[in-house]
Amino acid sequence: MRFFTESKWFFFITIIIYVILKALFFSGMASSYIQQIIQYAVIIALASIGLNIIYGFTGQFSLGHAAFYGIGAYTSAYLTKILGIDNLFSYIPVLMACSVISGIIGFLIGIPILKLKDDFLAIATLGFGTLVRVFFDNSDKLSDVLGGSRGFVGIPKITNLELILFFTLFIVVITRHMINSRFGLFWRCIKDDELAASSIGINTTNMKLKAFTYGCMLAGFGGAFYANLYTFLHPSNFDILKSIDFLIIVIIGGMGNITGTILASFIWVGFIEGLRIILPSEILDIRWVVIPILLIFIMMWRPYGIMIKKTK
Amino acid sequence: MEHISYILQQVVNGIQLGAVYALIALGYTMVYGVLRLINFAHGDVFMLGAFVAYFLISKFGLPVYLVFILTMISCAMVGFIIEKVAYKPLRDAPKISLLITAVGVSLFLEYFLSLKALFTPNYIPFPRPFEIQTYDLSFFVITNVQLLIFIITFISLFILYLLIYRTRYGIAMRAVSHDKETASLMGVGIDGIISFTFIVGASLAGVGGILYGIAYPQINVFMGIMPGIKSFIAAVLGGIGIIHGAVVGGLIIGLCEVFVSAFLSSTFRDGVIFIILFAVLLFRPMGIFGKRIEKV
Repeated sequence: MRFFTESKWFFFITIIIYVILKALFFSGMASSYIQQIIQYAVIIALASIGLNIIYGFTGQFSLGHAAFYGIGAYTSAYLTKILGIDNLFSYIPVLMACSVISGIIGFLIGIPILKLKDDFLAIATLGFGTLVRVFFDNSDKLSDVLGGSRGFVGIPKITNLELILFFTLFIVVITRHMINSRFGLFWRCIKDDELAASSIGINTTNMKLKAFTYGCMLAGFGGAFYANLYTFLHPSNFDILKSIDFLIIVIIGGMGNITGTILASFIWVGFIEGLRIILPSEILDIRWVVIPILLIFIMMWRPYGIMIKKTK
Repeated sequence: MEHISYILQQVVNGIQLGAVYALIALGYTMVYGVLRLINFAHGDVFMLGAFVAYFLISKFGLPVYLVFILTMISCAMVGFIIEKVAYKPLRDAPKISLLITAVGVSLFLEYFLSLKALFTPNYIPFPRPFEIQTYDLSFFVITNVQLLIFIITFISLFILYLLIYRTRYGIAMRAVSHDKETASLMGVGIDGIISFTFIVGASLAGVGGILYGIAYPQINVFMGIMPGIKSFIAAVLGGIGIIHGAVVGGLIIGLCEVFVSAFLSSTFRDGVIFIILFAVLLFRPMGIFGKRIEKV
């Protein structure tokens, strides 16, 4: 029970947010488009927490997070469509399956590539992301339902605000406890100095693998929600740009800062979607010109992220 | 007999692609040597080379040799500016920050050029600077485009060889890539050498861009991504930081890609390249020509 009482502020804040959002939704002040974006922001927060575990806490740079997000999305889409699931109760096992599959793939791919460091790890995860993208593009050869490069259509819409919000809360509570446990201590230790960590008896390979698998599982949850929220998937949603999206959120939120990541997800999704509303469609492309410049400036100004105390 | 000539034909095509990869891989490997950085923007310098050449040929109709010289100069300038603006302020920053900056520069170049006011994200046909002729050598056919690629690549490699092993700049560059601090104590200007490395790497990528544009006459602002990553894999395969390793790696990657396309399916070619990367990183992380580094 201590498990939950320690996080009572999180419950409290989430319930307030939920009531406000629900009131907004019912009063008709938020159009269905806005509602979708809010749910999307929560989903992105969930997946970004996964990347923050991998990169922010454990220091393992991954450019392939969108691949695991995509694996979760395609698994959920496939299972719900094939099994004809349309209610929340039978959706929960599917959700678990998506996360487990993402986790297993993350585990298997992590065994070889987590031996690498920094930039080599980046290129290997990028390679894995590209492989997954190629797989999605050609997935119609495996099963026609998957749609390949035409995109996966006709996914049942199951997720709602309650499920996404409270499930994310649940994950955040668990994650906070994990990082306050021995695991979290070991992860931060590995990030600070891997050699020192292994010299005091931490099994760094094992711990890095655990962090990576856990992060991938969270990405799998996020992907599953995404698939059943938007009811349409396209391989281009899961390419390198998406991975960079997650990376930017983790950097804005601060490495190793869960609350920051959640806030940053809302800011980021709000920023991107807000520009879509404000800017005319002719100059919408300018977003992706400004974002890289922003990224470079953040790296020069605060290399460990914005919402975090300056460390040296 | 037919099989042999088919295989030989694929070898020629593979060397054609591999030569372009080798030219790009050299830039990766040299920059990695001096800065220990994967310059993600290098693939985009390659793309820029193809676009500058497109511009020079289609708008001004310049002769081929002038196109090569002007493209090399403009790519060298871009490489120099990228280093000064984006990487130099981060010389002492954590490694990952530098890497994220490199990704940022790469995205910026791609999306800036894909603006509707500039080139748009669509494919643009690359103008042919000369007529294609085919020479039948009884075993295989070879086009003048392929001959051009072989000759230009050979000349570039020869000049690079002279530059690196026969000039003071080359000696300084090798010294920096061996040990930055000691080199600077011996009076090598580190910043100048890093700029020099970027200039040489970027102009080689520019040459690669023109050759790629002539050989596969469709250009696009995102065309640099995959050749960039594959060339990096080539550099890793040959042993990162080793000049001849990059050339051999590029040729192997090019041959593999063409052979997979010819004998399996072109959808698998990217997959096979990445499987090669994983295999190299796992079983021989120092690459073909690299020496095993003792673990601390």
